[in-house]
Amino acid sequence: MSNPLEDMEKPDVIFCIGTNMTECHPVAATRLKRAIANGAKLITADPRRIALAELADVYLPLRVGSDVSLLLAMAHVIHREGLTNQAFVEGRTTEAEAFLEHIEKFTPEWAETITEVPAADIERAAILYGKAERGAIYYTLGITEHICGVDNVQSLCNLALMTGNIGREGTGVNPMRGQNNIQGAGDAGALPNNYPGFQSVLDPAYQKKFEAVYGRKVDLELGPTKVRALEACGDGIHAMMINGENTVVTDPERHHCEEALKSLDLLVVIDLFLTETAQLADVVFPATAWGETDGVQTNTERRVQRLRKAVEPPGEAMPDWWIVSQIARRMGTPGFGFESAKDVFNELCELSPLYAGLDWDRIDRGEYHWPVPHKDHPGTPILHQGTFENGRGIFKLIRYRDPAEVISDEFPVWLTTGRRLPNYHTRTQTGRAAGIDYLAPGERLEIHPEDVVDWGLEDGGWAKMTSSRGCMMVRVEANARSPRGTVFTSFSFNDAPVNVLTGGGYDPVTDTAELKVCPVRVERP
Amino acid sequence: MSTNGTGPTIVLDGEKVAYNPGETVYEAATRHGKDIPTLCYDPRLEPFGGCRLCVVEVEGARAPVASCTAQCQAGMEVRTRSARVEVHRRTLMEMLVSENREVDVDELTSLASQEMTELVDRYEARTGRFRGRQSGASRPDDPNPFIMRDYDNCISCYRCVRVCAEQEGDYAISVKGRGFDTQITVEFDGHLKESACTFCGQCVQTCPTGALGDLKALAYRDVAGETKKTRTVCPYCGVGCAVDLLTRGNTLIGVQPAMDGPANKGALCVKGQFAFDFVQHPDRLAHPLVRGEDGELHQAGWDEALDRAAEGFLRVRERYGRHAVYGVASGRAPHEAAYTMQKFIRGGFGTNHIDNCSRA
Repeated sequence: MSNPLEDMEKPDVIFCIGTNMTECHPVAATRLKRAIANGAKLITADPRRIALAELADVYLPLRVGSDVSLLLAMAHVIHREGLTNQAFVEGRTTEAEAFLEHIEKFTPEWAETITEVPAADIERAAILYGKAERGAIYYTLGITEHICGVDNVQSLCNLALMTGNIGREGTGVNPMRGQNNIQGAGDAGALPNNYPGFQSVLDPAYQKKFEAVYGRKVDLELGPTKVRALEACGDGIHAMMINGENTVVTDPERHHCEEALKSLDLLVVIDLFLTETAQLADVVFPATAWGETDGVQTNTERRVQRLRKAVEPPGEAMPDWWIVSQIARRMGTPGFGFESAKDVFNELCELSPLYAGLDWDRIDRGEYHWPVPHKDHPGTPILHQGTFENGRGIFKLIRYRDPAEVISDEFPVWLTTGRRLPNYHTRTQTGRAAGIDYLAPGERLEIHPEDVVDWGLEDGGWAKMTSSRGCMMVRVEANARSPRGTVFTSFSFNDAPVNVLTGGGYDPVTDTAELKVCPVRVERP
Repeated sequence: MSTNGTGPTIVLDGEKVAYNPGETVYEAATRHGKDIPTLCYDPRLEPFGGCRLCVVEVEGARAPVASCTAQCQAGMEVRTRSARVEVHRRTLMEMLVSENREVDVDELTSLASQEMTELVDRYEARTGRFRGRQSGASRPDDPNPFIMRDYDNCISCYRCVRVCAEQEGDYAISVKGRGFDTQITVEFDGHLKESACTFCGQCVQTCPTGALGDLKALAYRDVAGETKKTRTVCPYCGVGCAVDLLTRGNTLIGVQPAMDGPANKGALCVKGQFAFDFVQHPDRLAHPLVRGEDGELHQAGWDEALDRAAEGFLRVRERYGRHAVYGVASGRAPHEAAYTMQKFIRGGFGTNHIDNCSRA
């Protein structure tokens, strides 16, 4: 997030797109609800009539995967209405002229033909955001899990840049990170393009710095993403170590994924449970869990916080860092003499400019947002104040593209996937917490009540859902949250393996799978 | 504020002290170290003035004034512990006690659950002076596994109603009846699951009497040992809510929200509040496993398993080259896991064959 969570109570206009925040980030959503109670206006864009849609002043029920056209048209209206923040555009951005010319042709009427949202509503939303004193954008995977995920994010950045809604209190472009430490995994350097602290592996200065750290030559090119590595299993990639991810259930194209992992000479999994993925491993290591492990995690607002051990782990389970270090030592890799989580974290702080002012003891109370470039620095709750890291904010000329696969006579229904409040991911944890089953006993495919009738299904009965990659059985829930022609299910339940169906395409820049769009056929089994 | 002499002041128990414009008498007094009793007050919520225990004497006012709703005014003279207000408070406590059955509220019931008990003891209020009818009807019929609804112990402070509305924005909890017949309820007087309740547990944690209780924590009430609290952060989404883990011995028995948590300020959701016990589920892996020649995974010692992994990586590197190894770090494990994973790949193989689970 460019802005801290406490800023969520400060905007006068909130624009939520591709985020089912009340279910996926419920505590953050309480802040938005307070802002709304205090008079803030809410624009919600989501294909499904989620709780944020019910709270919205303007609800934009766009067709799945049509976000870019909506955002282009909003930019068009903002400029047409003279709501562009000229001072900000001139003072802090570049490529504005080309951008403003680019958006001239993308009228709300044009966008209506793609998004299926009435042009008048697109105009209302654009004018509301364009006139905001403090406009804040919040998004989640509904924006990024598309073949055009990067385009979607850059389209949102364009809106913030042209209205000057960035670098100030109560504004910003704010992705809500989905996992407790997904931000921290990136911070720590577990990325194919960045060393710890987002230092590019392509930058000769950083290459030199880390060659010295590792005492060896390092590759000068990017590594493949996980998606590409899975594709290369058995043909280029022959050994894999997976820590705490149930890849088989979370990733698209489940059958391919299973075959890929089976084709490896060596699969090592470190996890809490014998997950569907761990069952394929050659060696499985038992890791200590939350509550049993000292460590650090970074939340969605870049706040660096300590995790503390309260109980002993079962049997011989050990912390992840210890297990990885032991394997490295047995392979003769230097630099793994860590004796505690503190040792590991402090080494990260020494190597990451974003954490240079932090160490294990300084983060005891969790008050720092990175970057914290030196020991006297108070941290950075709001990014991009006064200046952008790279100088000026760059407008990007984005064009709408169809999803990788679109509906057809054979697959006439849009499937979109996500989470529900009581369960988390593949239920390795919530599925083993007493009582959660009372709230969510099993998976349901949410279908508009009229579609349930038209398709010859019954509420509570079974449906067979088929995509070009596979098919699954799932129980039907007649639910008007789904619009006509679009169905929804979560990926939480292994007996409703929706990722057997998904996987039509990937964003060309990030390799993020288009999990939010999948044409399917839904029929009585 | 109290020392610079420029801001407005009130006279608090004879001492001139500064207040911040807009501050209530209760806020100013507690900030200056006064211990004013209250049961309906939660600093996160709008002042309510329901329980009347926080009354103070204000010079010139005819009757005692509820300090939680009265705003400070320059020159106001306030007495927080005069004999008159103490008698008033004791009488109120005696009346509150008379409405409820006499129970020991287990400390595991909730974060605020001891507030009533402590005040009953402080004012020696169990006198039986007002013994008579009891108010509130419990709902033992609600089968939900998280929230006990023992309204026999309710004093109608409305903290649950207000936290649900003001903090959560869910408006699931409501009130029916008036006066002595006031009853906390939900829509259509039904079960919580059929209401707008999201089971975030905020009502439980702010209930000062134990009328609402954390059933998951209470299920561990027979575990022996002193209850300890350990501050940590929720393991689910990216919001990073601070929580206190409750433990007895080596058993995790519950979670309470950290009111001073920098990201959540006391708020939690159903997962953070109630989905903690996966940690001690019997399915947890307790020993390394190694695939045997029979194709099955078998329990192994650490030495055997670590050697098997290390030798396997070395063999693959030798046979296929250093680009044949790939690491996937976790977005669920701490920094130290991700950091060592990427160092394992970069330091051990000189490649950038490392990613985390953020792309799916």
